[in-house]
Amino acid sequence: MSALRVDPIACRAHGLCAELLPEAIDLDEWGYPVLRGGELPAGLLADARRAATACPALALRITTGR
Amino acid sequence: MRLLTDGPRTFAQHNAERGFVPWQRFSSRAALVDEVLASGLRGRGGGGFPTGLKLRAVTWRGPVVVANGCEGEPDSHKDHVLLSRSPHLVLDGMLVACHAIGAAEAVLCVHAGSPLLAGLIRALAERGPDANRIRIVEVPRRYVASEESALVNFLSGGDARPTTTPPRPTERGVDGRPTLVDNVETLAHLAIVARVGAEAFRAGETALVTTTGVHEVPVTTRLADLVTGPVLAGGYGGVWLSASRTGELTVAAAPGVAVFRSPQGCGLRDTAGILAYLAAESARQCGPCMFGLPAIAGDFAELAAEVPGHALERLRRRLPVVTGRGACAHPDGAVRMAASALDVFAAEVVAHTTGAGCTDAIRRTA
Repeated sequence: MSALRVDPIACRAHGLCAELLPEAIDLDEWGYPVLRGGELPAGLLADARRAATACPALALRITTGR
Repeated sequence: MRLLTDGPRTFAQHNAERGFVPWQRFSSRAALVDEVLASGLRGRGGGGFPTGLKLRAVTWRGPVVVANGCEGEPDSHKDHVLLSRSPHLVLDGMLVACHAIGAAEAVLCVHAGSPLLAGLIRALAERGPDANRIRIVEVPRRYVASEESALVNFLSGGDARPTTTPPRPTERGVDGRPTLVDNVETLAHLAIVARVGAEAFRAGETALVTTTGVHEVPVTTRLADLVTGPVLAGGYGGVWLSASRTGELTVAAAPGVAVFRSPQGCGLRDTAGILAYLAAESARQCGPCMFGLPAIAGDFAELAAEVPGHALERLRRRLPVVTGRGACAHPDGAVRMAASALDVFAAEVVAHTTGAGCTDAIRRTA
């Protein structure tokens, strides 16, 4: 039960997240991430962690619910 | 019991007229919270959240009550009228809220340089030591400054700009303490609930609305009895309603803050002006708001001014992209308002985009 979340204040539109996790993240026309939403498939969790670590603003979070 | 009196009252007159808050009836805080829950009172700042549940949510020690009297909504004047005509009712409500959550500290927030300040300071000075726990704070005059999390951040020594939630202020608010933020009108109602009880409150519940002026009306009043034609309900971040919708909705069911604005001239031009204001009032912290709102406002300005091009297509693409992607609801409200304008003024949109030309008399969309 994991999901992605962006801290919108911290995000600076570097765009690395969409590069590393295109299956779950698009960029809008200004370069800010748009999450496809919903649950993160287990198969993407490792890539998601990598993307969260790579974010220069540390604005990408992985939330583990319940 | 009504919120507004016909003129100012001293503290002594206020108590003689309304009676004292029956503190002895609420020796237990739970009894007070139960009464508020039974009253059905909901927040008037736009959220519409049951006030009793909010009181119940504050459980930790060292809580703070914050009364939001900033009224950042440019069209709304109800809080101003309430604070100038019935300041003691609001102060009573703050003390009732303090009692309900066990707070020793309460803050009344108004805009910096507000003409209300002198009267509020005078009202506070009239009261006995019970009001020593209340202080008045001046908040920067910005649209988003009185958003709940921005207010809490400012009172904690930070910028008057929204922060990411969670945590909600009821969990971690001013200086990390549990904080109840309520609109001043909600608190005034709270003072009435404490005096007359839940049942009598429900039977005579009123609301303050701003149309061309400020009026106190029963919450069961239909919007069509207050305004004619299409109307923007809920302030700049509200929604446009067609004339037929105002016939169905009551004040209680209306979205957001109780402000009802009839379009000034062409509804699309009116909306473009509001969007330009909202774009300029972005706190410029979150990309989708900082870049999205000016882009959408620009598209809307082109549509309103009948500039040939693809503004409408861009709007249809951009409006859904912004929602839910800011720290606060500022961008969400702006795009919802813009989208509702395209619906309600659909005939006008056609006239503006087909070369038929603006009719500048709002056609009611049935």
